[in-house]
Amino acid sequence: MANEIVFNVLEHEMVPEHFLLDEEEAAQVLRKLGITKDQLPKIKRSDAAVQVLENIYGPIEVGSIIKIIRKSLTADQFVVYRLVIGG
Amino acid sequence: MMRGVSKRIGSIRFSCLSPDEVRKMSATKIITADTYDDDGFPIDMGLMDPHLGVIEPGLRCKTCGHKVDECPGHFGHIDLAMPVIHVGFIKEIKKLLQSTCRSCGRILLTDEQVREYLNTMEEMGELGHDTIDLKLLSKATAKDASSRPICPHCNAEQLKIALDKPTTFREEGHKLTPKEVRERLERIPDEDLIPLGIHPDSCRPEWMVLAALPVPPVTVRPSITLESGDRSEDDLTHKLVDVLRINQRLRENRDAGAPQLIVEDLWELLQYHITTYFDTQTSGIPPARHRSGRPLKTLVQRLKGKEGRFRSNLSGKRVNFSARTVISPDPLLSINDVGVPVYAARELTVPVHVTEQNMEMLKELVLRGPEPECEDYLGGVNYVIRQDGRRIRVTDRNAETVAEGLELDYVVERQLMDGDVVLFNRQPSLHRMSMMAHRVKVMPWKTFRFNLCVCPPYNADFDGDEMNLHVLQSDEARAEARVLMQVQENILSPRFGGPIIGAIHDHITGAFMLTHGESQYSKSEAIMLLRRLPEKNMPLPYKVEDGVEYWSGKQLFSMVLPEGFNATFRSSICEKCNSCKKEKCEFDAYVKIRDSNLICGTIDERAIGSFKGKILDKIARDYGSDAVRVFINTVTRLAIGAIMNCGFTTGIDDEDIPDEAKRQIEEVNEQSVHKVDDFVAAYREGILEQMPGRSMEETLEVEVMRVLGNARDEAGRIAGRHLGMNNSAVIMARSGARGSMLNLSQMAGCIGQQAVRGERLNRGYWNRTLPHFAKGDLGAAAKGFVTNSYKSGLRPTEFFFHSMGGREGLVDTAVRTSRSGYMQRRLISALEDLKMKQDGTVRNTADTIIQFMYGEDGVDPSRAFQGDAFDIDDVLDEVLGDEAELLARIEERQSTGYATIEKDLMEAEDDSSIEDVGFDGGDE
Repeated sequence: MANEIVFNVLEHEMVPEHFLLDEEEAAQVLRKLGITKDQLPKIKRSDAAVQVLENIYGPIEVGSIIKIIRKSLTADQFVVYRLVIGG
Repeated sequence: MMRGVSKRIGSIRFSCLSPDEVRKMSATKIITADTYDDDGFPIDMGLMDPHLGVIEPGLRCKTCGHKVDECPGHFGHIDLAMPVIHVGFIKEIKKLLQSTCRSCGRILLTDEQVREYLNTMEEMGELGHDTIDLKLLSKATAKDASSRPICPHCNAEQLKIALDKPTTFREEGHKLTPKEVRERLERIPDEDLIPLGIHPDSCRPEWMVLAALPVPPVTVRPSITLESGDRSEDDLTHKLVDVLRINQRLRENRDAGAPQLIVEDLWELLQYHITTYFDTQTSGIPPARHRSGRPLKTLVQRLKGKEGRFRSNLSGKRVNFSARTVISPDPLLSINDVGVPVYAARELTVPVHVTEQNMEMLKELVLRGPEPECEDYLGGVNYVIRQDGRRIRVTDRNAETVAEGLELDYVVERQLMDGDVVLFNRQPSLHRMSMMAHRVKVMPWKTFRFNLCVCPPYNADFDGDEMNLHVLQSDEARAEARVLMQVQENILSPRFGGPIIGAIHDHITGAFMLTHGESQYSKSEAIMLLRRLPEKNMPLPYKVEDGVEYWSGKQLFSMVLPEGFNATFRSSICEKCNSCKKEKCEFDAYVKIRDSNLICGTIDERAIGSFKGKILDKIARDYGSDAVRVFINTVTRLAIGAIMNCGFTTGIDDEDIPDEAKRQIEEVNEQSVHKVDDFVAAYREGILEQMPGRSMEETLEVEVMRVLGNARDEAGRIAGRHLGMNNSAVIMARSGARGSMLNLSQMAGCIGQQAVRGERLNRGYWNRTLPHFAKGDLGAAAKGFVTNSYKSGLRPTEFFFHSMGGREGLVDTAVRTSRSGYMQRRLISALEDLKMKQDGTVRNTADTIIQFMYGEDGVDPSRAFQGDAFDIDDVLDEVLGDEAELLARIEERQSTGYATIEKDLMEAEDDSSIEDVGFDGGDE
C-alpha cells in the first residue's frame, strides 16, 4: 500500500497471530459455524494488523475474513475470525 | 435472513414537526391563559379545552366523542407571536449556521467536496454501517465546512458565529434574533442538507426554530382535585400558562408598535419560558420554580434519569403477585424453603387451569372460599376467571355457587400452598444468587423466614432487612425456576467455583465443639444431638467406660456424611507448622475422612463454612445438588445440637489477661516508643541510615511503622499466650466462625498504629496532630500510636486518633459502593442481552457472534474446579486412594533431589501406616 509500514505489529509478543483466509477457507469457516458473514465480529481495514497483512498478501478487500490465533488463559490457544470492514 | 425472528424492525426515523404539521394535528388553537371559568368549567381555547381530551369520568371528548379511558387525548397548539429557538436542537442549529454561507445559504464546500462526502456516505450505507458512524461522518463534514472563511459559491466572507449558552447566537458580537436564525436556515437548499446528515424530505432545518408550539393533551398533564375541592394543576400546565401570557403580551406590544427594547425583552422572556418548558435544568439559566420554590418537573425531567420514563416505567415495572416483609431466621427450615406468613399467603395466588383431571379437586378448593377456617393453614381461592376473561371474586357467601358453576377452561386463582415455587430476592441484586427459587412453607406470624445458610448469597442479616417474594404464574416459569434457580442448584457460585451457601457462625462453632479432639457424648446427650436428624439408627458406641456407653463427636458427625465419602485437607485451626504431622497433629487440624468416617481432624470453616467448605464443595461435585442440600440441612442441625449441648457465650471478660501479661505488654510498648524516639533522634542528628530509593523522612516513617507494627504483634502474642482453646472468643476466631485473632489482640493487648491513607496520622494543626503535642513531634504517641487496648480503654488523644482512622474506613466504603454500583450498571447494560447458544457461541440479539466459545473453553465456572474443567488431584485420589499422596511426595523429593527414593519410601511407610489401597471408585 501507499504508506510504508514502519513497525510490524505482528512481531510484538502481545499481538496475536493474524492470517488472511482465502475464499475457500472462508466459506468453510462459515459453513462450520453455520453463520453468514455479517454475523462475524469485525475488524477495520485500517487496523494495524490488517495493514501488515496487506504488505504480505497484497490489498485485502472489504468482506475478507481474518483468522486470529491468540493465547487464552482458559483454553491455551483460541481461534477467532473477523470480517474486514472499511474505515 | 430472518433466523427465527418473525418480525423485525427495518428502520426507525426520527424527525421534527413542521409548524404546519403542528397546526394540522391540533384539535384546537389555545389563546387564553385561563383554564377554568368561575363555575369550574374549562374555557374554550384555554389550556383545559374539552377538545384536548377528557380526564373527568362521565364526560365525553369533544373531538372524538369517546369516554375517559377510550379517548387517547388530542394535541392543541399555540401560535407564537415571534419565533423561538428550540433548546433541544441548539447543537444542530449551531452546526448548520456555522457550516453554511451567511448570504447565499449554501454549504461552505465546493460541489466536488460535497460529492466526495456523499460517496463515502453512500458506501457506508451499503456496507451496513450503523447510524452512529453516519452521524460521525456528517459531523466531520460540518466541521470541514465550518472551517472555510469564504463561501465557494458566492465568495461572501463568513463571520464567526458563537453560541451564547443556552439559546443566543452571536455573530462577531452582533446578536442574531431567532427570526434571523430562522431566515438563514430557510435559505439552505435541500440538496445541501444531505451531506450534513439531515433528510430534507422529513425535516427542514427552519422547523428547529419554533413558530407554533404543540400543546400536549390534558391526559398528559391531568389536574388533581384536592380534598378541599381546590384544583391543582400539573407543572406542564403551569409552564404553558406562562408561555401563553408572555406570548399574549408580546403580540400586543408588537402590534401596538412598542419600542424595540421592550419587544426584545418580552421576546427573550418568551424564549426563557419555552426553554424551561422543555427542560428546567438547562444550564446557564435559573430553573423555573413553583411558588413553593420547588423546581418544576417539565418534559425532559419526565424522561431523564433513574426516575424518568425510560428507567422507571419502561425498563422496569411494578408487578403483581409479589410480597415484601421483614426477614427472620429459622434454622429448622430446609435451605430450599421460605416461610411465608399466612397474611401474605392469603393474598398471593397461583392460577390453575381447570381440566377434567383437576376439576373435582378445584371444586373442593373453591368451596373453601377465600378464608377457610382451619387450625392449620389451608389454601383457599380468591378469584375464578371465566373463559371470557370475567373475574368472579369468591366470597364465603358465593363459594358454593361458584364451585358448582366451575367449567372446563376456567382459571382458578388459588392461594399459596406449601411446596409452591416462588422467587425470593434481596436488593441490591448484585449477582444471580440474589434471586433464587424457594419452596413455600406457610407459617404463622408476619415475617419471611429462611435457613441461615442462605444468608451469604443474599448478603442478608436480621437487623431489620426486608426481602421480596414473587409468585410464579405459569408452569413453564415454575419448571424453569426449579431447574435453574432453586437454592440447592446455586450452592456452587460461578464467582469463585466454591460453595457460597454453607454453615456460618454458630454452625461452625457447633461443628468445632462436636468434632474437636476427644469430645464424647453419653447416650442421652447423643440422642439429643441426633433428635432432629432423619437418620433413626444409632451407631455402636465407640467406647464403654464403667458400663456407660459413649459416642464420639467424630462418630456422630460421620453419620451425616453421604456414603463412600473421602476427603483429606487441613482445617482452619491448622497452625501451618513447617512439617505437618498429619494424623498425629497436636491441634487435631488434619482432617481425614475415609469411607464416610471422620478418622481425625476438626470440622470447622474450611470443612463446612460458606465460601470455604471443602466437604460441601466435594459433595456438590460428586453427589449432586440433592445430596448437598441434605448434607447442609443435617450438618447444621447437628452442629446446632452440639452447641446447645454445652451452651456457648462470649463477653469482654473472655479477653481478661493476668496482670503479669498486662505489665509485659506495657513494657513492650514502652520499649517500642523508646525505639521510635531513638529513630527520631537519629533522624534529627542526620545519622539515620537512609534506605535505598527513599528520602530521610520516608526512611524514618518506614522504620517507625515497622517498629510499631512489631509492637502490636508482640502485644498480641503476649495476650494470645493467655487465651487458649478453652476460650469462647478464641474458639470462634480460630474455627472461623466469627472474628479474628487480630480483633482479640486489639481487645486484650494493644490497638496499634492508626493510619489515614496508609500513613501515620499527620493532619490537623500546623506541624502537629493535636495541641496536646509539641510542634514537630514525630514520636509514636503524637502520630497516632494507640498503646491501650479496647478493654483497657483509650486516652482522649488516642480516642481521637482512632476516630480518624475509623472515619477513613467509613468514607472508603461509602465511596466504593457508589462507584462499583455505577460500574456494575454499565457492565450489565453492555452484557444484558448476550446469551450462549446451543453451539457454545455467545451471541447478541442480532445473532452476531460475540465469542466463538463461551469463556473460550466452554466451561461453566460454577462446575469448574479452580479454572480447570476437572480436578486432576481428586481423580487421582479417587483412583489410587492414599497411594496418590505418597507417589506425589516421592516425585516431589525426586525432582528436588534431597534424598534417595528408597530412604523416602521407608520414611513414608513409617509415618503414614498405609491402609489397604482401595481401588474403589473411579469411573473416570
